[in-house]
Amino acid sequence: MTALAGQERGLIGARDVTAVVTGLGVVAPGGVGTESWWASVLRGHNAIGPVTRFDASGYPVRLAGEVSGFTDEEHVSGRLLPQTDRVTRLALAAAAQALETAALDPARLPDYAVGVVTANAAGGFEFGQRELQALWSRGSRHVGAYQSFAWFYAANSGQISIRHGLRGPSGVVVSEQAGGLDAVAQARRLLRRGTGAVVTGGVDSTLCPWGWTAHLAAGGLSTAEDPDRAYLPFDAAARGHVVGEGGALFVVEDGDTARARGADALGVVAGCAATFDPAPGTGRPRLLPAAELALADAGITPADVDVVFADAAGERAADRAEAQTLTALFGPFGVPVTAPKTMTGRLLSGGSAVDLAAALLALRDQVIPPTVGTRRVADDCPVDLVTGAARPARLRTALVLARGRGGFNAATVLRAAR
Amino acid sequence: MDRLELTELTALLRACAGEGEGIDLNGDVLDTPFLDLGYDSLALLQVTGIIERDHDVTLDEEALDEAETPRQYLDLVNGALSARTTA
Repeated sequence: MTALAGQERGLIGARDVTAVVTGLGVVAPGGVGTESWWASVLRGHNAIGPVTRFDASGYPVRLAGEVSGFTDEEHVSGRLLPQTDRVTRLALAAAAQALETAALDPARLPDYAVGVVTANAAGGFEFGQRELQALWSRGSRHVGAYQSFAWFYAANSGQISIRHGLRGPSGVVVSEQAGGLDAVAQARRLLRRGTGAVVTGGVDSTLCPWGWTAHLAAGGLSTAEDPDRAYLPFDAAARGHVVGEGGALFVVEDGDTARARGADALGVVAGCAATFDPAPGTGRPRLLPAAELALADAGITPADVDVVFADAAGERAADRAEAQTLTALFGPFGVPVTAPKTMTGRLLSGGSAVDLAAALLALRDQVIPPTVGTRRVADDCPVDLVTGAARPARLRTALVLARGRGGFNAATVLRAAR
Repeated sequence: MDRLELTELTALLRACAGEGEGIDLNGDVLDTPFLDLGYDSLALLQVTGIIERDHDVTLDEEALDEAETPRQYLDLVNGALSARTTA
């Protein structure tokens, strides 16, 4: 145990690296591309609406946050179309934008300089459904060879790596909504071990009947029909969440090498932490320790935090638990809290990645994006929720929280670049 | 007799594994290596599976793995198809 801990410390502490974000690509409900999505978020535009990707009329849940206006052929070559699920196409688009905005050309770097660590919670659901339908209705000879990997959680990382020639350390993180934050933490570990840059973040897409059935079985979905009243975190009328698709990918880079090549930093990944809940009924959820560990990792106290991007479950007990975490750290109404995911639904691993993107842009533009839907917080959720409209603010430090189904908690502290 | 022609093979490749930019599959590609056409072993595995299914024939996947060009691939497939016909 001691040896293992020492070894781990050695790995993590191999180099003192400032992890800076130099590139960002968002593909989410509300916008394909970072700036169009961000403009939509700042307007408070709710991108949740009726499901259009399949006929959901026979299901008890009929609302989703869909990525609209995404033309596959604009983002993915003809060669890749037959072997990619929608989720991988969304991820390839986000990765291309992240590398482009980072002005990072992997071809000009040493062979193993850039890695890929993405989070994904569900794999290629739509692709998998198609192949399984072929298997059961027509037989095994009708299942395509690409099913061997197109369904897989790691397909996004793999295809990004192949397309851009990123041969550094790579992997995939599977921790549901916490995944986007956990992936960035893993990317920072890789920087500390000597990798120059990592494409990281999270993307998910499960808007097909099979994915829908899985979400319904897992529970917690809002059955509301009105998109503006379906997902209401911290509201007394909270009744579950809405599922969405999409995510965000980043280029996270060693601050010294970024500076040396003249790259602009969007922000600094100053603190990361993850915890795991005890079995239900055997103890308290561990979101608070995750947040405390991330603040300690960043070397700051709660007083230094200017804004919190909440996990925002939209379920009464989970909302209360998060509000308790926030009041334990900051006191009642102690810090502005927001949940722009009320405009997109919960995107699985993509959700916390998009929250990181929103936090980075909030730091850049000195504005807190609004929470929509919820108008007034419940009495047992005493948090300063930014509702109605975006709120200008002086922002230096943001805390992003995420909880993944199954007991995952993660927290990330982001600091403004300058 | 059941035979697989180049046009059918290129149509299958296109349908199964897409078409790369700057490659003319309609040209004289009989002796162009699959790798130069942009098709890897998985693309060929997919095509082989469909030929087996649609022509109701069992192909020697190990032998096909050695086929580097459409000509070599077609020779092996057509050998199997004619063996089946005469059997």
